[in-house]
Amino acid sequence: MELSEHLFRHEAGRMVATLTRIFGTHNLALAEDVVQDAFCRAFEVWKLRGIPENPSAWLMATAKNRAIDAFRRERTARTFEPELSRLIQSEWTLTPTVEELFASNAIKDDLLRMMFSCCHPRLPEEAQVALMLNILCGFSVDEVAGAFVSTHAAIEKRISRAKKVLAESRKLFDVSADSEFSARLPAVQRALYLLFNEGYHGASPESAVRADLCHEAMRLTAALLKHPLGETPATYALAALMHLHAARLPARMDASGHLSSLFDQDRSRWASNLVAEGQRFLDLSATGSDLTEYHVEAGIAWVHATSISTEETDWKHIVSLYDLLMTIRPSPVVALNRAIAIGQHEGPTRGLEEIHAIADRDRLANYPFYFAALGEFEFRNGKYDISQEEFRRALAVARNPMEREFLQRRISACEQANALA
Amino acid sequence: MSEYVFLYRGGEAGRSPERVQQSMQKWMAWFKELGQKGHIKDQGQPLERAGKLVKGKQKTVTDGPFAEAKDIVGGYTLIEARDLDQAVELSKGCPILEVDGGVEVRPVMKLNM
Repeated sequence: MELSEHLFRHEAGRMVATLTRIFGTHNLALAEDVVQDAFCRAFEVWKLRGIPENPSAWLMATAKNRAIDAFRRERTARTFEPELSRLIQSEWTLTPTVEELFASNAIKDDLLRMMFSCCHPRLPEEAQVALMLNILCGFSVDEVAGAFVSTHAAIEKRISRAKKVLAESRKLFDVSADSEFSARLPAVQRALYLLFNEGYHGASPESAVRADLCHEAMRLTAALLKHPLGETPATYALAALMHLHAARLPARMDASGHLSSLFDQDRSRWASNLVAEGQRFLDLSATGSDLTEYHVEAGIAWVHATSISTEETDWKHIVSLYDLLMTIRPSPVVALNRAIAIGQHEGPTRGLEEIHAIADRDRLANYPFYFAALGEFEFRNGKYDISQEEFRRALAVARNPMEREFLQRRISACEQANALA
Repeated sequence: MSEYVFLYRGGEAGRSPERVQQSMQKWMAWFKELGQKGHIKDQGQPLERAGKLVKGKQKTVTDGPFAEAKDIVGGYTLIEARDLDQAVELSKGCPILEVDGGVEVRPVMKLNM
């Protein structure tokens, strides 16, 4: 029997969620210990005896037995729900009570409940995303720090603060209450979107780490779609945009391992199955009257994914979608992308005009692709000197070796063009 | 061919789920290779870390574990190898060595020496 990819990571999220429902959010650390313990056990047994028929069930059953041990050990030292406290005091009721709490019907929504709990309104968005990665995706503090290109200390602080907020609520979020569910759903969608973006556009130099983040976001979004209240047009649009973007991941590196821009990518390497899946989700999102930023972004991704080349792309359509996005969720990055699309459609001079007209473009001062876009349009206008300066500015704020290498190549291209001119 | 027991001492599973996954994959690959080369007589069993120790004429019973975590035997495998040197060579591929663990290689005594 083979080990399925990221099995422990995925089971960690499910198991911590179930144990936290049972122990209470103030006992999250105990839940995490029990999971770690179950993993150690699995590791000891499986490495010698092989992977069992149903690894997920094996792990959950082990977690259940470890939970019973934990109750025996901790029933006087810790506080649990009053009703639960009473039932775990006696050996007669302890095991049947825990059995019932682990019944398949009882654990069904746990992952989702934890997902909603992580998106607590008192937590800043970046803390929500870090918490999801840590709890639901089983990323260690170091792995989260690696994904966010941050320090261990900074991420540890962020996560432990977030866990304190989580602890104060005592109970996991109740996903059966319609109004509360709908009220928190946008925050959950947003956190999933940010998680995906961190993978897609983030600064981590390791493409494997980034692809992992994208896949985790897609996995959690799929879990959200399984819940009747989570299955909304906006969630479908979110799933569509993730799939349509993920389709392009295989082509983001060229054959020699260099970062490749949308304009130069070998489109035959785009994953057609993900495009098809994205299209299916996009169709499913087209109901109701709500038009979200996810719909519009999925629309833009769809135009790219179904165009055979940059030249054949319907840039006019893309510009109109960015216009729409600017009315729903304006940001300097959206404005920059809109300006780039205008430059593609109406020529480099218009592109430059639009970039210079971005209201709060000082907020892009640390964004390498802002300067790279300026450099690109100056290059197309034959202004190789200015272009080279812009690429150098981009290089100064580049976030990883791949970006630096990409920009270095553009600088060389400017030098060559200048020599020929 | 002679028989040898590999006793696995110490070594940790890994601090994150992904680390556990990676260690697990290394063990599977190592066993697969040993098996394909015909070295595995019995894949063996894992052992609980705790237990009881019964000792002396008084039959006093003490609770385990009986050693520091790094020295506890967590399991064993029965190996077939040409000689002790080969058995030691084979043990050098064990993933436990990457996580501060050790493999004790012990020849099984033969009946007809």
